[in-house]
Amino acid sequence: MTTLPQQTDRKLGLVIDLDTCVGCHACVISCKGWNTESYGAPLSDQSAYGADPSGTFLNRVHSYEVQPEVGTAQLVHFPKSCLHCDDAPCVTVCPTGASYKRVEDGIVLVNESDCIGCGLCAWACPYGAREMDVAEGVMKKCTLCVDRIYNENLPEEDREPACVRTCPANARHFGDLADPDSAVSQLVAERGGVDLMPEQGTKPVNKYLPPRARDQLQGPEGSGEIDVLAPFLAPVDTGPKGFLRWLDRTLEKL
Amino acid sequence: MHPAPSVILFSSLSGLGFGLLAWLGIGLPAVTGWVAFVFFALAYLLAVGGLIASMFHLGHPERALKAFTQWRSSWLSREAWASVAALLVMAAYGAGLVFFDARWWPLGVIGAVLSLLTVLTTSMIYTQMKTVPRWHSPWTPTNFLSLSIAGGALLAGQVNWAMLLIAIAGAVQIATWWRGDRALAESGTDMASATQLGHIGAVRAFEPPHTGSNYLLREFVYQIGRKHAAKLRVIAIVLMVLLPLVLLLSPVFHHLAAAVAVLCHAAGVLTARWLFFAEAEHVVGIYYGKR
Repeated sequence: MTTLPQQTDRKLGLVIDLDTCVGCHACVISCKGWNTESYGAPLSDQSAYGADPSGTFLNRVHSYEVQPEVGTAQLVHFPKSCLHCDDAPCVTVCPTGASYKRVEDGIVLVNESDCIGCGLCAWACPYGAREMDVAEGVMKKCTLCVDRIYNENLPEEDREPACVRTCPANARHFGDLADPDSAVSQLVAERGGVDLMPEQGTKPVNKYLPPRARDQLQGPEGSGEIDVLAPFLAPVDTGPKGFLRWLDRTLEKL
Repeated sequence: MHPAPSVILFSSLSGLGFGLLAWLGIGLPAVTGWVAFVFFALAYLLAVGGLIASMFHLGHPERALKAFTQWRSSWLSREAWASVAALLVMAAYGAGLVFFDARWWPLGVIGAVLSLLTVLTTSMIYTQMKTVPRWHSPWTPTNFLSLSIAGGALLAGQVNWAMLLIAIAGAVQIATWWRGDRALAESGTDMASATQLGHIGAVRAFEPPHTGSNYLLREFVYQIGRKHAAKLRVIAIVLMVLLPLVLLLSPVFHHLAAAVAVLCHAAGVLTARWLFFAEAEHVVGIYYGKR
């Protein structure tokens, strides 16, 4: 049924730390790796080694340059996948019931055997989280690795989404955002986690942690230093001087 | 948005077809026998032809029947029900006119309402998209319905009604464009809200996720139409409104002029509908720095 549940028992989702993400795309690769060989149709590529390669990805990392009014520009790497919205517009537009939001944990999924590939759910998503697979003709989206997180055949430390498991910078966190005591909820509260495009009214479960304020790179005003570390970086030459220096160099050349 | 030919053909042709069915339903023109057969055949060709064209953009058309299940939430599902109901009721009504020389007027009125309801559900599929601010407005259903009713009047040979309604549809079309051009800016969705980085400074897309293209860019970030949008709008209004009006007003009006007026109008509607998709800015383009 494509009507949304009144509320879900849990709200499983991701918290993405824009402060620590280094833009390595490891989450993109591990996501594609896991999801192309697990649940549902594979994530196909078209002309992967040709002139115009493209393919289906459930997670993509953008990079943005942010220029403050004063000071140097910052580069922010910005991973984006399904935000498993509470008020998911992609679910209600689905004419066949293939798209649904789970009552037990709030994960938004697609039942691929019911999907007619009309693409309307991708139209309804403001985040670009859904991509039609060209080879299969069905809609693909992040499953929050539903086939990992409950998978008792995996060691316990692997029972989290592939992107979270692989992130070398620990910029991705997985947990229950309905529970105010969970580690992810506390992280959101502590760091001021935000919703993307709140005006769209989707009420995303996934939260983004904004970059923390940067250290002052310039030295104190009027000090003439270009860097706070400058005093520690002054060249220190302990070699000989005068005649001994000349002798040292000449002997080196022989 | 990518202007898929199947969807443009569907929404334009079936709009005209259901518009004609609505006029036939209220008995304008009051035809029976063979003449009624020709009118109904034309209406069904347009309406059903459009519906079949829309099947071509599905990834799995063989599962299309499942689209009848989610009428509680989905406008596409409601459209499926409304179109089938309208076609069935109008088929019974048309059979009365063609074979029994009988006008079962309650059926006709119900069929007319269902026909316009189908056009409304089609337009609501686009109107509900908050992600496309240009579409998310009462102007979208007004635009679709006014064109359908006006085109239907033209096809039904209701010359006086057609002239008035085509002029109204033209005015609605211009108002829709005027409002649509401001919609994205007024929606409040921009780079700052998309990235939530606006409090630090001005945000610029530095690097896309991949060097190649993808489904999202092909489907939602279509930009070819923009360059010629102004010219195409003029062409659309001339074909859709001005030429049919001139032909309908001309003193030498006869069937050939009417046929030319219909073809001009249909070509104009197709042009306007192409622009409806090509000019629509989906907010996901913001993430790619393309808005």
